[in-house]
Amino acid sequence: MEIPYTVKPRPDTGLYNAKVGIWLFLASEVMLFGAFFSAYILLRVQAPEGFWPDVANGWPHGLLNIPIGTFNTAVLITSSVTVVMAWIALKQNDFARFRRFMAVTIACALGFLAIKTFEYKEKFGHYVIELTNGTRVTGHLDVNGHSPLFWTLKDVQAAKIEELKVLVDIPNKFRFPVGHTIPEEIHKAHAAGEHHKDQEFKVSDIASVKAFIPSTHPFFAIYFTMTFLHGLHVLGGAIVLFYFGFIGSGMWKTDPERFTNRIEVGGLFWHFVDLVWIFLFPVVYLL
Amino acid sequence: MQTAITHPGASHAHAHSHAHDHHEPGFLSKYIFSTDHKMIGIQYGLTSLLFLFFGFLLMLAMRQQLANPGQPIPLVGGLLLKVFGEDLAKDGKMAADLYNSFGAMHGTIMVFLAIVPLAFGAFGNYVTPLQIGAPDMAFPRLNMASYHLFFWGGVVMLASFFIPGGAAKSGWTSYSPLATVADLNNLIDGQTLWLLGMVLLISSSLLGAVNFIATIIQLRAKGMTWMRLPFFVWAQFVTGFLLLLAFPPLEAAGILQLSDNVLGTSFFLPTGLVYNGAVMDISGGGSPLLWQHLFWFLAHPEVYVLILPAMGIVAEIIANNTRKPLWGYRSMVYAVLAIGFLAFIVWAHHMYMTGMGTKIATFFQTTTMMISVPSVIILSALFISLWGGSIRFNTPMLFALAFLPMFGIGGLTGLPLGLNASDIYLHDSYYVIGHFHYVVAPGTIFGLFAGVYFWYPKITGRFMSEFWGKVHWFFSLIAMNLIFAPMFIQGIRGMSRRMYDGGATYFAAGVGADPGILWLNKFITHAALLLALAQVPFIINFFWSIRNGRKVDSDNPWQATTLDWQTPTPPPHGNFDKEPIVYRGPYEYSVPGAKTDFTPQGQPN
Repeated sequence: MEIPYTVKPRPDTGLYNAKVGIWLFLASEVMLFGAFFSAYILLRVQAPEGFWPDVANGWPHGLLNIPIGTFNTAVLITSSVTVVMAWIALKQNDFARFRRFMAVTIACALGFLAIKTFEYKEKFGHYVIELTNGTRVTGHLDVNGHSPLFWTLKDVQAAKIEELKVLVDIPNKFRFPVGHTIPEEIHKAHAAGEHHKDQEFKVSDIASVKAFIPSTHPFFAIYFTMTFLHGLHVLGGAIVLFYFGFIGSGMWKTDPERFTNRIEVGGLFWHFVDLVWIFLFPVVYLL
Repeated sequence: MQTAITHPGASHAHAHSHAHDHHEPGFLSKYIFSTDHKMIGIQYGLTSLLFLFFGFLLMLAMRQQLANPGQPIPLVGGLLLKVFGEDLAKDGKMAADLYNSFGAMHGTIMVFLAIVPLAFGAFGNYVTPLQIGAPDMAFPRLNMASYHLFFWGGVVMLASFFIPGGAAKSGWTSYSPLATVADLNNLIDGQTLWLLGMVLLISSSLLGAVNFIATIIQLRAKGMTWMRLPFFVWAQFVTGFLLLLAFPPLEAAGILQLSDNVLGTSFFLPTGLVYNGAVMDISGGGSPLLWQHLFWFLAHPEVYVLILPAMGIVAEIIANNTRKPLWGYRSMVYAVLAIGFLAFIVWAHHMYMTGMGTKIATFFQTTTMMISVPSVIILSALFISLWGGSIRFNTPMLFALAFLPMFGIGGLTGLPLGLNASDIYLHDSYYVIGHFHYVVAPGTIFGLFAGVYFWYPKITGRFMSEFWGKVHWFFSLIAMNLIFAPMFIQGIRGMSRRMYDGGATYFAAGVGADPGILWLNKFITHAALLLALAQVPFIINFFWSIRNGRKVDSDNPWQATTLDWQTPTPPPHGNFDKEPIVYRGPYEYSVPGAKTDFTPQGQPN
């Protein structure tokens, strides 16, 4: 006996095996990301006051690049459309068009990952600096015109710098400054409409230098964890779609129906990856 | 076992098509990389039985320490010293850290590497496709991947014993921040390997769960409607959903804790955490309670993952050996579905001690009391099924019968733990240990033993020895009760579950005299040794019978009704000689007017 319903749908359920499988898998994925979102909520609501400079509720806000995030959302949504177009092309027996749409889908996936990498790198060079008097500012370091990544106070000391030049961020109107933790001149610069203000800090006055990496604050911890895992899903999906659409596409000749099913199942996963981002984007970038 | 794959359908060659078994599979593809659900079931079975044995050995060493605190462990003391070194096993004595890591690993191994893979991986894999009349699982290669992930998860867990600092030592629950600070000196510590192992095991069970559910939905034979499914299949179906939906949050939690341990994040570490007298250099702002919620969101449904397959096995065996239909089959099905749903909304009854507030506690007490109702329905239906039956007291039936009161004791002693007021007193005491071991050890494990004796003839074509089976059953039952019943007394008298000297210093130092329970430590240890002895006949019987057991006289030696017994013995690749068609419900025993006292599901009339 052969395993039935691998290609044709079972009459009473109306589904072929792999479709049941992928929906079940996606259900478990919902639980996985659901747990991360729950963790996000819990960490955020219990963040102590003053836990992050220049916000009232202790939770960093406005640090992520919203235009780039929006663009990336558009990239991913586009890929979700093209993967459906690819499947439709197969249904219409147009393999060349299928190939084109698959290529666009995978290009979108790689584009998304490239942009995400750029965003990550930007964060690794962005710092929160605490002075010995308790004042904290955020900004980029300027070491002889370079903006170093992953530095700590030890790296600053090892570079024999006495005055650390910092492009201090000026809080924008979406944030809620808490006066006593922000130097007066920053407030003035804010009033003047500037985005950055060059400031020099004596290294002996600095208590800590921390890049925007997971260990710096639970916000970064959960931001990097969730977006990294989502990125892994994008990468995994792209690899599978690339295999289906290019390396393993010989099946189109031998078993076109099964091949079309494969693309449908891969597409379902791809939509899920897209959907996760649709939740992730507003939660970490906008809220 | 060997003939199962080598000569598909040899005994029924006339009816079997040889179209798709023209090539002889090599050793690797036959035994290691097999995609046949039966071979994978056997792989799961043997591996998990080994882990079951290993987990039991860990416990025997711990029991020695509890009975004679600070004394060298007899027989294996020298070995412990050699493996774990001076720090953990000086002079063959068990240090506190070693006790803690044995305890954590005993729990982890028994739950995730022994019982679940035996109940779900082994029996589920072997029996479910046979009972629904399917040629194999829906996704055979995923099935293989599932076993291999499980195997490597087990290897990682075992390897963690041999790294500096030893295996995970923060309990099987791995509460943060303890789990993060327990081994701060080592970059790769036991807890890190524990988490990596868990990620592998969770991925394995995810693939397994998807496969089982899809198989049961899609591959039921013609005529196998939902209400004609054997109860065992229903139990596996619900178990599959529990694994599918409850495990991912633990995977998430595992990733977060891994990040806490390796990347220095503070998901579960609160602000101002003090360790060794100094405030830790971490960002803080995390929540230890978050770990507990994510952990118990899995770990409570996990309890039902442990028990439901055993209930399924017991139901099959009771129907078969009472020679009458299960009483209230439909109620049992609805009850098992209700358990599956309610299992997701009771988790925080493990967390009454965290000060959750009365309103939330009330919610979880209510759901906890509610979930006991369907459990009682199933148990009652099984008890009532015995009434008026002409019972055959063979070994599988004896184990199945022993399951009923043992699980009953385990379940009923859980009620005081589900109620806030009494739980606050009993929490983390030996009472808790006694309670869940009654459910899992003489409960689930007896169910699994029953299954081993019951399906052994289908798998090997030979019976296990009845006499030694009964010896195994008798002494196991006695020993289990001698071990776990005294724990209720110890717990009620206030003995905490995690004391590596069994509470001796505790009672001597602060609380005054021993309240008359320390002698029970020795008593329980002796009973555990009896339990170990009682397994000897099983182990010998298990291997001896493969070649020397009494041969089965037909493909259906128990005269059972379900489809698994309508296959050749052992079932060939593809399972059935011709496509099975189902005409009736699963338990048509002693139908008035029928020629025999059993009417198989595949028999037209």
